Amino acid sequence: MSGRYSRQELFAPIGLEGQAKIRRKHVLVVGAGALGTGSAEALVRAGIGKLTIVDRDYVEWSNLQRQQLYTEEDAQNQVPKAIAAENRLKRLNSEVRIDAQVCDVGPEELERLVEGVDLIMDATDNFDIRMMVNDVSQKYRIPWIYGACVGSYGISYTIRPGITPCLNCLLESVPLGGATCDTAGIISPAVQTVVAHQVTEALKMLVEDYDSLRNKLVSFDLWKNRNSSINVQGVKNASCLSCGPGRTYPFLSYENQTRTAVLCGRDTVQLRPAGKVDRDLEQLEALLKSQTENIQRNPYLLSFSIESRRLVVFKDGRVLVHGTKDTAEARSLYHRYLG
Amino acid sequence: MQLIINGETVSVPSSVGNVSQLLEHYGINQKVAIVELNQDILEKSRHGETALADGDKIEIVHFVGGG
Ligand SMILES: [Zn+2]
Repeated sequence: MSGRYSRQELFAPIGLEGQAKIRRKHVLVVGAGALGTGSAEALVRAGIGKLTIVDRDYVEWSNLQRQQLYTEEDAQNQVPKAIAAENRLKRLNSEVRIDAQVCDVGPEELERLVEGVDLIMDATDNFDIRMMVNDVSQKYRIPWIYGACVGSYGISYTIRPGITPCLNCLLESVPLGGATCDTAGIISPAVQTVVAHQVTEALKMLVEDYDSLRNKLVSFDLWKNRNSSINVQGVKNASCLSCGPGRTYPFLSYENQTRTAVLCGRDTVQLRPAGKVDRDLEQLEALLKSQTENIQRNPYLLSFSIESRRLVVFKDGRVLVHGTKDTAEARSLYHRYLG
Repeated sequence: MQLIINGETVSVPSSVGNVSQLLEHYGINQKVAIVELNQDILEKSRHGETALADGDKIEIVHFVGGG
């Protein structure tokens, strides 16, 4: 065998039959940061049928140390991560259909994105969105694979609706602020180890070898040389609002949504307009040129400096204000320059 | 007191008497930790009242958000 997937087909638990199944599957990767680029690359090389990847951010220099699909050129040009990922993934395997989406995922976007999806890979960086993914997974009965890392530590768990406990069962409450807002730094092997756990579970799921799934919550610390795995099946909570019989999917309701968010560990505020917007970036550039500095534009976003802050405007109307955690200040800049 | 935490034998100071104090000792937030004591998962509400004894086997996994 010398075909493109021959080594994977020679691996007995996959075989030709498993490879054919992988080929028919559609995976959604939520987030195109460190975990997302790792998972996406592995799945695309493995010959998945279709991959959807979604991210709200653009490539920055600080990403290049661990976000394996991106280049210096992507950082230079502030290419949105979803687009930069798509460009690279298409060159890795042109047989895979890639759907890249530059957007901030809320309940509405997520419910649209999961259509026809067989599996969701978690590559997000906060629990607000994970809880939404968890609810959508339960609502549409699509499995998802939690993964997260910080420093040299990582953790993963495979959530199967109707079978395992869900994230809401495991967490009881959404951890906010300090405990999970990761400013501690990260080494790339921690990312890759989480990706290895996630992608292996994904492959088992895609070839429908459910008996081989790990069924345990796994965690490790590569620097401290520690490993742990716990059977959490008993944590399944009958009164869970996400997966129990009285489920309401609390994280898909609009009261839980915020228009203004301070991005984790980033000294950045994100503002989302109410309702749908399609910004004409060229027109905006002409308008702002005289009153701002270092204006830079690509087909997806426009950035400029003002009052020692840097603002980034996306086509969908979202604005990132870099250099502050003060939401009032961010809103005031927004109204002054972007109305 | 000697405990076996995540497969490793460790000594903890005498000020660590229950599971809450153990998590505190390691700087782990109660809310994001899942603790297994001698192969049984503890409910979070029982961390404070669950006393530790010499030789106890404990697995601690804590949730993080980064990615
Ligand atoms: Zn649940």
